[in-house]
Amino acid sequence: MHPAFSIIVFTTLSGLGYGLAAVLGLGILDPAAMATKLAHLAALVLIGVGLLSSTLHLGNPQRAWRALSQWRSSWLSREGVMALLTFLPLLWSAWFAVVEGRHAPVAGLLGAAGAAVTIYCTGMIYASLKSVQTWHTPLTPLCFILFALSGGLTLASLAGAAGGGDALWPALGAIAATIAAWIAKTAWRRRMLSLRPLSTPETATGLGSIGKVRLFERPHMNENYLTREMGFVIARKHAAKLARISFLAGGALPVLLLLVAAALSAVPVTAAVVIACAALLHYAGMFVERWLFFAEARHAVMNYYEG
Amino acid sequence: MTSLPTERSAKKLGLVIDLDVCVGCHACVVSCKEWNTGGYGAALSDQDPYGPNVSGTFLNRIHSFEVVPEGGEVIGEAGEARIVHFPKSCLHCDDAPCVTVCPTGASYKRGEDGIVLVDEDKCIGCGLCAWACPYGAREMDLAAGVMKKCTLCVDRIYNETLQEVDRVPSCVRTCPANARHYGDLADPSSAVSIMVAERGGIDLMPEQGTRPVNKYLPPRPRKPLAASAGALLAENTTGASGFFAWLDGMLDRI
Amino acid sequence: MPAKPRVALSEPVSDEVRKTTCYMCACRCGIDVHIKDGKIRYIEGNRDHPVNRGVLCAKGSAGIMQHYAPARLKAPLKRVGPRGSGQFQEISWDEALETATRWLGEVREKDPKKLAFFTGRDQSQSLTGYWAQMYGTPNYAAHGGFCSVNMAAAGIMTIGGAFWEFGAPDWDRTKLFVLFGVAEDHDSNPIKIGLSKLKKNGARFVSVNPVRTGYSAIADNWIGIRPGTDGLLILSVIHELLKARKIDVDYIVRYTNATWLVIDQPGSADHGLFARDADGKPLIFESVTERVVLLGTQGARAALSGRVELPGGRFASPAFQHLAEKYLDPKYAPEAVAAETGVAADVIRGLAAEIARVAFDEAIFLDQPWTDINGNRHDGFVGRPVSFHAMRGISAHSNGFQTARALHLLQVLIGAIDCPGGFRFEPPYPKPVEAHPTPHGKAEHFGSNKPLSGPHLGFPRGPEDMLIDKDGNPTRIDKAFSWDAPFSAHGLMHMVIANAHAGDPYPVDLLFLYMANMAWNSSMNTAGVIKMLEDKDPATGEYRIPKIIYSDAYASEMVAYADLVLPDTTYLERHDCISMLDRPISEPDAVQDAIRWPVVEPDRDVRGFQSVLLDLGARLKLPAFVDNRGKPIYENYADYIVRHERRPGIGPLAGFRGREGDRTGRGASNPEQLKRYIENGSFFSAHIPLEAQFFKHANKAYQDFAVRMGFFDQPQPVTFQLYQESLQKFRLSAEGVREPIAPETHRARILETFDPLPIWYRPFEEAAVDREEFPYHAITQRPAAMYHSWGSMNAWLRQIHTRNPLYVPGAICDEHGLADGDWVWVTSNHGRIKVEIQRMEAVNSSTIWTWNAIGKRGGAWALDPKVPEAERGFLMNHLINELLPPKGDGLRWSNSDPITGQAAWYDLRVRIEKAEPGVESQPHFSAVARLRRGEDIPAELRYGQEWAK
Repeated sequence: MHPAFSIIVFTTLSGLGYGLAAVLGLGILDPAAMATKLAHLAALVLIGVGLLSSTLHLGNPQRAWRALSQWRSSWLSREGVMALLTFLPLLWSAWFAVVEGRHAPVAGLLGAAGAAVTIYCTGMIYASLKSVQTWHTPLTPLCFILFALSGGLTLASLAGAAGGGDALWPALGAIAATIAAWIAKTAWRRRMLSLRPLSTPETATGLGSIGKVRLFERPHMNENYLTREMGFVIARKHAAKLARISFLAGGALPVLLLLVAAALSAVPVTAAVVIACAALLHYAGMFVERWLFFAEARHAVMNYYEG
Repeated sequence: MTSLPTERSAKKLGLVIDLDVCVGCHACVVSCKEWNTGGYGAALSDQDPYGPNVSGTFLNRIHSFEVVPEGGEVIGEAGEARIVHFPKSCLHCDDAPCVTVCPTGASYKRGEDGIVLVDEDKCIGCGLCAWACPYGAREMDLAAGVMKKCTLCVDRIYNETLQEVDRVPSCVRTCPANARHYGDLADPSSAVSIMVAERGGIDLMPEQGTRPVNKYLPPRPRKPLAASAGALLAENTTGASGFFAWLDGMLDRI
Repeated sequence: MPAKPRVALSEPVSDEVRKTTCYMCACRCGIDVHIKDGKIRYIEGNRDHPVNRGVLCAKGSAGIMQHYAPARLKAPLKRVGPRGSGQFQEISWDEALETATRWLGEVREKDPKKLAFFTGRDQSQSLTGYWAQMYGTPNYAAHGGFCSVNMAAAGIMTIGGAFWEFGAPDWDRTKLFVLFGVAEDHDSNPIKIGLSKLKKNGARFVSVNPVRTGYSAIADNWIGIRPGTDGLLILSVIHELLKARKIDVDYIVRYTNATWLVIDQPGSADHGLFARDADGKPLIFESVTERVVLLGTQGARAALSGRVELPGGRFASPAFQHLAEKYLDPKYAPEAVAAETGVAADVIRGLAAEIARVAFDEAIFLDQPWTDINGNRHDGFVGRPVSFHAMRGISAHSNGFQTARALHLLQVLIGAIDCPGGFRFEPPYPKPVEAHPTPHGKAEHFGSNKPLSGPHLGFPRGPEDMLIDKDGNPTRIDKAFSWDAPFSAHGLMHMVIANAHAGDPYPVDLLFLYMANMAWNSSMNTAGVIKMLEDKDPATGEYRIPKIIYSDAYASEMVAYADLVLPDTTYLERHDCISMLDRPISEPDAVQDAIRWPVVEPDRDVRGFQSVLLDLGARLKLPAFVDNRGKPIYENYADYIVRHERRPGIGPLAGFRGREGDRTGRGASNPEQLKRYIENGSFFSAHIPLEAQFFKHANKAYQDFAVRMGFFDQPQPVTFQLYQESLQKFRLSAEGVREPIAPETHRARILETFDPLPIWYRPFEEAAVDREEFPYHAITQRPAAMYHSWGSMNAWLRQIHTRNPLYVPGAICDEHGLADGDWVWVTSNHGRIKVEIQRMEAVNSSTIWTWNAIGKRGGAWALDPKVPEAERGFLMNHLINELLPPKGDGLRWSNSDPITGQAAWYDLRVRIEKAEPGVESQPHFSAVARLRRGEDIPAELRYGQEWAK
C-alpha cells in the first residue's frame, strides 16, 4: 500500500495526541502546573493537526461532514464520529486545566475513554479490510492503542518533569507501555512475515486449475490509480532495516532514556531534557513504523498486477 | 446507507465473462470508457494524455496472463504455456466490502437489482472503498476527486430511449467475440445462469468472502492434435504408383 | 438524507445518430456516431451493418480521441527549415494547390515517370490509381507490396481470389478452422465474430503462429511454428493427405487444371507448358478412348496421371501427375520436416488427420439444386467444412508467394474452396487472372502530357508482359514487374525511396505520398530512409529526392520530411466510398459496398485528399477530370462518387443506381445516391440468389448474376490453377530457351523459386546469413488495440500500448541470464537496437518478437518528446534492410519475395546480448519539432464532463 504522507502524519500525530489526552484525563499530573496546561493544549493541537491532515488526501474535503453519517457500518465513519464526540470532554477537561487549574475527573475519564475508542476505530479501519491481509488482525488496533498510550505517557512524563513535578510514575508507565506496544507489534510483524497469502494470482483469476499464473501484460502500461495506491513495493532487506530503525527509535532508545530520566527524577530539568529526547525519538520511530505499516502491506488486487 | 440491503435482492444483475473466447482486444475497455465518460457522473479523466505519464480512469480493464502448466491439472497440450486474456470490472458482490466501509453513504448496493453504485454527490474521495475491494474495481478519478466504478451501465439497461436490444452494458454490446454476457444471475433459468451451470462458472477470489455476482467461465478443455495422429490411414501401397492406381479407381467411380 | 439517490436512467444518449463507416483500421465496420451539442458523444457499432453486426473493437470506440487528437494538421504547410526539422509555415490552399500544380505540371510535361505517386492507408485506390493513369506516370502503387501482395497474388493466380477482401471462411458451417499468423487489422471484427461462432458450435480452431497472443490465445490447438516454414508444414499435410488418399478427386477434376496435359520436352521453349490446340485451348487425355482431346469435350473422362503422346510426337502428362509425384516424395513426410518447422511429426499428422476427417467424414450437403457453368445440373452443394485464413504472417516472407500458393492448393485438394463450410468468395471475386489487366508502364505506354495507356497494376501472363526496356532494365521506379519481381501486382512501395535516392533505375523529381509513414514504421531500414530523404547532392546542393508532397490528417513522422503538406480530414469529416471497383465490403452471400460522409464538419482549414486530387487533376487538365472545354467535371469527391462511370453504367457505388435509384450494379448515375446510402446506414447490400451462393467459380447462376451486377461483361468462370504455367514460362526464360531470355544474374534464382507447383525454400535472409551467428528469428505482431502508427496520438489507445518490450522466450532468457526489465542489444546483419526485454513462455523457442509500430519518434504525433513510445518504445524496422546482404558477385537483391516483390519483414534473423541498463532505446532520434507546440495540447482530458449527470 502506498505510504501516503498525510495518512502517516494523521495516524501518528492523532495517536500521540489521544494518548496524551487520555493520560491527562486520568489526572496523574499536577493540574495547576503550567506544563500540564500546555500538555492539554498540545494534545488538542496534535489531534487537530492530525485530523486536518487526514482530510488532505480527500478528493472532496468540503463534503467531509458526510463522513459522520455511516457510523452503523463504517469504521471510518465511527472514527470521525468518535473524534468529534471526544472533543467535547477533551475541551471541557482542557478548559478546567488551563483556565481553572484543576482536574475534571468526569470529563477526564470520558475523554480518556473517547480517545481509546477513537484510536480503536482508527485501527479497525485497517483491521477490517480483508483485502489487506497484513492488517486484517485484532493486533492492528491493539498496536495502535498501545503505541498511542506509550507516546501519551512519554509526553506526560515530559510534562510532569517540565512542570517540576514527579515524572517517575509516568516515566515508568511509559516504559511499560512502550514495552507492551513492541511486544504487540513484534507479534503483529511475525504474523505478517509468516502469512500464507490468502489470495494468489491463481485464485484471483480462477486459472490455477490449468497452471501457474503470471502477469503477461498489464491492462495499461503506465501506472494507474490502483497501482499507485496499492502497488507500493518495498524490498525485504530494506524493510527489515527500517523495522530495526523504528524499533530502536520508537522502542529501545526511548525506554533507555526514560530509565535514565526515572533515575534522574530528582533533577526534573535534566529529566525533562532526557524525556524530550525520548519523545522525539519515539515520534520518529512511530513515523517509520507507520510508513512501514503501509509500505509492507500487500493488497489482494496486486495479484492482478504482479505486485 | 452503506449497510448492504437487508433483504437479498430478487434480481442479481451482472456479467458472465467467457475466458475461452476473450481474445484480449480491449474493445470493452474503450467502449466502457467512451460510454461512461459522458454518462453517469463525472467524466473519466485522463491525466497527461499526450505526455510521458499518460494515465486515466477506466472502469474495465483487460489483463493478460501467461499460464504455465506446472503443478496444476494440465488440460490440452501438456507443457505448453498459454496466454489468457482477462477482462475485469466491478463484480457487484453480494457481500460488497466497498459498500460497508464507505463513511458517507455514497457507496451503495441497490436493493432492486444488486447493482453497486457510487452517489458522487456524497463521495468525499477518501479511497477507502477502493482499499476494501480486493479486485481493483474502483478507481478514484483524479480530476473529479470521486470514486468511479462500473455501473453495469445502469443508464443503458433501464434506458427507455434505447431500443430494447441495446439495453445492455456498453461492453457487452460491443464485444466482438461475444465473450461478455449480461443477465440476472439470481434467476436460474436465465441464459447467464445456464451458461454458468453448464460451463462451471467460477467466482474470483472466493476466499475473500465477497460473494461476487459476476462469474467467469474458465477456458474449455483442449484435445491435442497429436491425439489424432494415428487416425489417418497409412499408405496401403508404396510410392506414387500405388497412388495412381487408386486414383484411376476413383476416376472410374466419378 | 434520501435512502436512494436519484439516478437518471432514461436520458437520451444524443441529439442525433449519424451512420457512417469506420476507418480506424482496414476492417470497415459500420458505426453509429452519436452527436450531442455538435460534438461526438459516443460511437458504437451499427447493428444492421453486415461487416460488424453491431460490435466494435477498441480502435473503433476510440474514434472520439482520434477525431479530436491535437496531432491533427490544421492547414496546408510549406517547409521552411531543413527536411526533418519539422519547421513549417502555414499557407493557403490556393498557394498549396498552385505549388502542387506547378510541380506536377512541369514533371508531366518533361518526363512523367519522374513523378512517383504512392499511397499507404488508401481506401480509394480506384481513384488514386485512375488519377495516376490520367497523369501518365508509370510509377503508382498503393502499399500492398509491403503488406500482403503474396497472399493476394498467389490467391488470384491460383483460385481467382484470396482471403480478407476476396473471401472469408464460412463461419456458420465450418467445423475446423486453421488460422495462420495474425490478421488483426484485416477483417478484425468479422474474425472475432467468427471465432465466437466456432466456439459456440464446438468447432476446432487451430492456430499456426510463432506467438500465442491475440486469437491464438483461444485456439484449441496452437502450433508454435518456426517463422518462414509454414509452406513446409502445409506441404507435409498435403503429403499426408495424398498418402492417405484423402483428396476430393471429383472436385479436382471438375474445377482445376490438374487434368491439363503438361508438355514433357526438356530443352524446348514449351517444356512444362500446357499442351494446347491452335486456339490456345488446353488438351487433356481421354482415358476411355485413350485419346488426347480438347478440354471440355463432352463426356470425356480426363486422366489425372500417365504419360501420353501428343499429336506431333511429343509427350505430355496431366499436371496432377507432377503434383502427386512431387508431394508424395518422402522429403515432405512429417518426420522429415519436423526439425525445420519446429513442429512435432505427430502434430503434423494429427492436423492432416483432422483436416481429412472433417472434410470427408463430416461433409455437409446443402439441399439446393444448382447448375454448373457447363450446364450440368446438381442436386445440391457438397461442403467440406474445413476453412483457413492467413494474411501477412505467411506472406511477409521471401517464400511467401509459394507458401500462400501451397495453402490454396491444400484447400483445393480437399475440395474446400467456395463450398459450404469452407472458404467462400466474396463478390466481385472469384475473378480469373484473365479478367485482370496486364501491367502498364513500358516505355511505349507513357509520354509527355499524356495518360498511361492502361492501368498500372495487373498480372503478367508471362515474361513478355514485364515492364522492362529492351535491355531488360525496369521502367518503374520500384522495379515492379521486372526480372526482380515479375508478379509484383501491388508494386514495391518499400523500394521507392531507396531506388529514387540511388537513381536506380533513375532519379525522380517529385515524390507524392498519401497516408504512408515512410519516414518511420512503414519503411525497412528506417534510419537509412531518413538519411536518404535528408541527403543532398553535393554538386547541386539539392535534395536527392528534390520535391516531396505529402498528404496526411496527422502530424506523423513523415510530415517532417515533406516540402509541401496537404492536410487531410479525419475519417468523420469526409466522403469516401468503399467501392466495388476497389475492395468492397461484400460477404459470401451478398454484394456490398459502403460510403463515408462528413458526420461532423472540419473545424480546420483541411480538405479531403480525394477532393484535392480531383482539384489537382482539373488544374492539370488531366483527361477524365476536365471536359472538352477544360472545365472541371467533378465538384469534389462526393460528386465524383455519384457521377463517375468507369464503364457505361458502372460507377464507384453499386447501390441505388438509375434515375429512380432502383438499379443495382449497372445503371445510370443517381444524384440522390449518397442520400440513399446515408438513409440505409451508409452501406448497400444485395443478396446473391441461393443457387448462386457456392461454387461461384463454376456456378452458372452466379456467373450470370455477376454479369448482371456489372462485375464482368461476360461470364468469367475460374479454373483453379494448381499448376502455374506463367511461372514455368519464367523458368524457360531462365533456362535460356524461351524469349525474352532472363539476365544471367537472375537465372539461378528464377529456376530455384519459380516452380509451377508450390514449393518451400529457406527464406533468403536465413539462407544468406550464418545461422549460428544469428540464431533467432525476430518478428512483430500487430496488437488488437492499435492500428500501426495511426493510434499513437489517441489518448485512450496509447494507454494500452505506451511502449513495447521485446518478448524473449524463457529458454533464451535463461541462456543469456536475462530477466524482465533487462536491456539487450539485438543485432542483425544490418543493424542493432538496444531495447528492454520481457520474458515469455508461450512463444516459439527460437523467436523473439515485439508489438509493431508502437515506438515513435519524439515530437511526432503532437506527443511530448519524452513519451515512453519515443524513449523506450522501438521499431524492429531498424534491423531490417530493404536489401539482402551482398553476395559474392557484389550484387544485392531486394529483401523481397522474388516472384511478387513482397517485403520480407519476417525473414529477419538476429542475435541478442545483454546490455547495460538503459533509459532509452537505441537508435534514438532527435525529436522533430512539434507542429503545434504549446497550443491545444491539454495536460488533462475530461471528455464529456459537460454531459455529466
